[in-house]
Amino acid sequence: MTNVVSIEKLGISFATDAGAVKAVSDVSLSVGPGEVLAIVGESGSGKTVTAKTILGLLPETATVSGAVILSSKDGSSSTDVVTLSKKELRRVRGTDVAMVFQEPSTALNPVFTVGWQIIEGLRAHGKVSKKAGREQAIDILRRVGIPEPEKRVDYYPHQFSGGQKQRVVIAMALVLDAGLIVADEPTTALDVTVQAEILDLLRRCRDEFGAAIVLITHNMGVVADLADRVAVMYQGEVVEEADVATLFSAPKDPYTQRLLASVPHVGQGTLTAADRASARTTDWSSNAPVVVAQDLRIEYPGRFGRAGFVAVDGVSFDIRAGEVLGLVGESGSGKTTIGRAIGGLTRVTGGSLSVLDHEMNGVRERDFKKTRSNIGFVFQDPASSFNPLLTIAECVAEPLVIHGLSSSPGAARGRVDDLLEAVQLPRSYGDRYPHELSGGQRQRASLARALALEPKLLIADEPTSALDVSVQARVLELFAELQREFGFAALFISHDLAVVDLLADRIAVLYKGKLVEEGTGAEVLGAPQHPYTQRLLASLPVPDPAEQALRRDALHALREAE
Amino acid sequence: MTTITPSAAPAATPPKRSLWQRVPVVHQLRQSVGLQRGMLVTGLVLMAIFVLTAIFAPLLAPYKYNQLRADGVAFGAQQPPSAEHLLGTTVGGYDVFSRVIWGAQTAILVIVLAVVFSIFIGVFLGLVSGYFGGWPDRLLVVVCDAIYAFPSLLLAIVLSIVISGGRSSLWGGILAAALSITVVYIPQYFRVIRAETVRIKAEAYVESARVLGASNTRVMFRHVLRNATRSLPLLITLNSSEAVLTLAGLGFIGFGIEPTAAAEWGYDLNKAISDVTSGIWWTALFPGLAIVLTVLGITLVGESLNDLADPRLRGRRAVAKASGTVSETSVVPGGTLSAGPGGLAGLEDGESFDEHGIEVRP
Amino acid sequence: MTTEALTPEATKTPTARKRSSGGSLGSYLLVRFLLIIPTIFILVTLVFVLMRTTGDPITAAQGGRLGPEQLAERIHAAGYDRPLFVQYLEYLGQVFTGNFGTTISTNRPVTEVLFTYGPATFELAFYSLLVAFVIGIPLGMVAAYFRDKYPDAIFRIMAILFYATPVFFSGLLLKLVFSVWLGWLPIAGRASTSAELEMEFLSNKTGFYTIDAIQTGNPEVLLDVLAHAVLPAIALGLLTAGVFLRLVRTNVIGTLSTDYVDAARSRGVSEFRLVRTHAYRPALIPIITVIGLQIALLLGGAVLTETTFEWKGLGFMLIEFIKARDYVAVQGIVVLLAVIVALTNFIVDVIAAVVDPRVRY
Repeated sequence: MTNVVSIEKLGISFATDAGAVKAVSDVSLSVGPGEVLAIVGESGSGKTVTAKTILGLLPETATVSGAVILSSKDGSSSTDVVTLSKKELRRVRGTDVAMVFQEPSTALNPVFTVGWQIIEGLRAHGKVSKKAGREQAIDILRRVGIPEPEKRVDYYPHQFSGGQKQRVVIAMALVLDAGLIVADEPTTALDVTVQAEILDLLRRCRDEFGAAIVLITHNMGVVADLADRVAVMYQGEVVEEADVATLFSAPKDPYTQRLLASVPHVGQGTLTAADRASARTTDWSSNAPVVVAQDLRIEYPGRFGRAGFVAVDGVSFDIRAGEVLGLVGESGSGKTTIGRAIGGLTRVTGGSLSVLDHEMNGVRERDFKKTRSNIGFVFQDPASSFNPLLTIAECVAEPLVIHGLSSSPGAARGRVDDLLEAVQLPRSYGDRYPHELSGGQRQRASLARALALEPKLLIADEPTSALDVSVQARVLELFAELQREFGFAALFISHDLAVVDLLADRIAVLYKGKLVEEGTGAEVLGAPQHPYTQRLLASLPVPDPAEQALRRDALHALREAE
Repeated sequence: MTTITPSAAPAATPPKRSLWQRVPVVHQLRQSVGLQRGMLVTGLVLMAIFVLTAIFAPLLAPYKYNQLRADGVAFGAQQPPSAEHLLGTTVGGYDVFSRVIWGAQTAILVIVLAVVFSIFIGVFLGLVSGYFGGWPDRLLVVVCDAIYAFPSLLLAIVLSIVISGGRSSLWGGILAAALSITVVYIPQYFRVIRAETVRIKAEAYVESARVLGASNTRVMFRHVLRNATRSLPLLITLNSSEAVLTLAGLGFIGFGIEPTAAAEWGYDLNKAISDVTSGIWWTALFPGLAIVLTVLGITLVGESLNDLADPRLRGRRAVAKASGTVSETSVVPGGTLSAGPGGLAGLEDGESFDEHGIEVRP
Repeated sequence: MTTEALTPEATKTPTARKRSSGGSLGSYLLVRFLLIIPTIFILVTLVFVLMRTTGDPITAAQGGRLGPEQLAERIHAAGYDRPLFVQYLEYLGQVFTGNFGTTISTNRPVTEVLFTYGPATFELAFYSLLVAFVIGIPLGMVAAYFRDKYPDAIFRIMAILFYATPVFFSGLLLKLVFSVWLGWLPIAGRASTSAELEMEFLSNKTGFYTIDAIQTGNPEVLLDVLAHAVLPAIALGLLTAGVFLRLVRTNVIGTLSTDYVDAARSRGVSEFRLVRTHAYRPALIPIITVIGLQIALLLGGAVLTETTFEWKGLGFMLIEFIKARDYVAVQGIVVLLAVIVALTNFIVDVIAAVVDPRVRY
């Protein structure tokens, strides 16, 4: 049978302010009917650009060489997308190849109903009566699992939840019965429990609709879950291509090997945690806790007299000196709010939160200021965590200057150099501006700044979620090392169970503002008690196709049971 | 998102921009291409002509702005263009050419005064109000919004009645015009700086300074102020062109500066209304063209700065063929290639540009 | 032109941002309506304080013409010798009941002036908005569609030229070319004397010349009235058209680079339709909001246009009153315009809210 798409010697360049930049070079790939090809790579590997070329969606600043031969689903015709005119491109888009976007909330036009948008796609490819179009739209919405499609067809996108929006986006891709679906990071913007559902839906796209899928992702767990074949891209080239079992069991290319080794596995952390526990003195557990939360409640006030939003609802926990508490939860669970409250950035509205013996409920900034030298904070977004107009050295020296340990950033330079060295950055990087560092380097510098005053407590709010896997692995290692060295207590906030498992002595799971489970990594991950924890854990795809297939079945069983 | 543009390569030495290249407009000039460069260059040339004319008015103009006779002979009223009077004379018997040139001086004085006053007050209010929030902030926002929504010319009229009672010596008139324009434009600076301050206040680097225990003054001036004022060059050009128009508008409805005190284009146009009815075109055409070219120059610069600041609007050189080398960072991060026709949205986002700022680096 | 039209913030409307988290349309409109009150209050106060800090209106108008005793007498009679705060409260009460005072120069109630000359300004604003919409919005979309190509370049430069030309200068040029040199159109005024006479005897005169001319049933009168409106409407309309053009262009280009436009493109929707439907509709929301702010620009421009064309509307009268130093009348007209601006902005926000489904539901 002919391939649905064959990419031959594809090269893509972009015009930028700094001149031409080559994003993809000499890439050849093919996808057979009903096959799922995963293109894996880190940011900048050229995977998205490659995928967009299949639909001819590159911006005008791009120049393409090579060929992308696209065949229709029945194999009756094939065309080279690269050479097509705008009009011809329009004809194949939607019918031969469709696309699923990363961010469902931006991929739907906010001012039109979803039904209108689905029907529009139909009408772009031939005459369809209003009634027939509507029926088709309702039908496809039902098939992708939207409840009450007759009613929902007239809803606007903002009336759907994130996962449902992604279902709608997939429905749009399916409605014209395209032979190939290009899915660009289709689950990256979604929570892990929703991700599992969308992955199931994509699998049904292949099984029930017979569509081939090009899956763009950086998540090895997603690859293991869905892909038949995998192409690994690095710096614009395909470094390895293999079927999914071979790739995970016997990766050939050194880059692939490194990549796979960087992916954190759930369960890895149990060993390190046990190590650390055994290294502790016996009276460790009697250490005074640095943070004690008792029935903590944080409510954001509503506008115009509307009811406020309760972000944290009756949470109790403590962090002892030298201990790492991992706080896990999906978006909106209140995990970041707790971190910010400990750092004095968000007001506590109920219960009690004691940070280094300071009660945060009703605290005054003046009283708390001295204590601040004992708290370090690492933020999620490396892009905005440094003042773009100051050098790295000036930024890292800030805490020293603020707390009077140095008279000026210049005077603090010696200490700053030591700190940079501690986070494994060359001293010379102190003279650079934040934008001249990569994301991973910036998070290291961020750690250096947080540790400048050797605080007793460090709050790390998703410090690695914006980083690539391989960079994340290095930053996590560094974090563990520094923690051993400096011995600070830490609150490590993350949405990723595997990451938290790697570092934390104890794990707390948050769900809709409530603490549903707390315990050591072995307890929480080994034998979760709360149904939410169980589902969260089961939804997390692992980077091993065989094991993932088993876990998938387990998840299905879990869902059935509910 | 990791680094994106090639110059941000972590291993390679990052190209440091010289001080010269960091001067606002210079960098944009180098960055621009095609039509945008054409617009920017045209605008800069027009602006340069305007500024030079204002500075060298005493040398360029054949007569004083209030001169009615040369060598004891009166110029005569409404004389058509001739060798003695290149652009003719006005109904009041002044030399049109000379008054057009002297008019540049009046205009530039008003612009500079108005812009300086409104920047200082507007930026200060916007920064403090946006940073501290609370009810004073809300009150200021409502007041500024009310003024902002109100016809600026009417407000300027009321203010100039208050300031000068409609009478005008040179400095009295210029100050009155400048102050009226100042009050009208304070809300604009206030709004922009306040919005930026509110946005920057939520940025991680400001929060991180607050977590460290930095005082409000330190956070405001070290972290917020300089980052919040990066869109000022753009705002200044826009307001300068509006200032010229408002000044001319005030002059046109009779709040101008008396012809004996200084030359003012709007005033001359007012006097030309009746001339036009009788077919005398030179008294209206040349002061009018002076206004148009001045505003055009400043607006072209402003518009280009605005375009260049927004990656979505910026034009780009075309690539001849697939070329260039792939380096670890010279790449398009996955998922950000969401641009429509002609723009690589995301290629510049975050790194070299914050959403509203002009630019940080090449 | 306002900076709003240029800065990227314009692509995010305050309504869309504020209201994305639900809430009913009704309560939103109520809050928005209540916000008009402080706006008007602030402007009334501002104008009152400014106009009165320099002295009382009678001295300003009659100073020098009357002896000091007569002056004092008239000031006392009008109550201008009382404490400023008392006068302010009284003025607020008057404005609240729709009483804007009595002019000094002509001794007519300001309200009467408003009713006599308001329709003329309204007509001018209406026609120029028409010109602005017809020129600005389609050309803005065309420019966005052809961005960075020749049509775009031409329209953009056109827009900047429109903006850079003061209305009184473009008005004078239009007069010079079309009235004086070519003699095609009347040079000034709202209608010729004969037409005005004919309309004078209508039983139900509205003051809107277009409506009155239709009422006469005489096509020549209507033609005369329309011919008089052409040049002022173009002069004022082009200024606003320039602003609309760039506003539409910027916002449509902004929405063209969004994911949902790419998504529609990936479904095979044509480029033309992408601009006309997918990019335009979402762009419309910020456009409407900013257009609301242009009403202020339009009214300011109306003052200048009316003076240029001797169009006897509020703006023309405002200048006349200023020349006569009749500050009661000036204050009255300015306050009325403030009310109009606040109301228009409210209506515009309502329209924007209705267009945006995120606010509607």
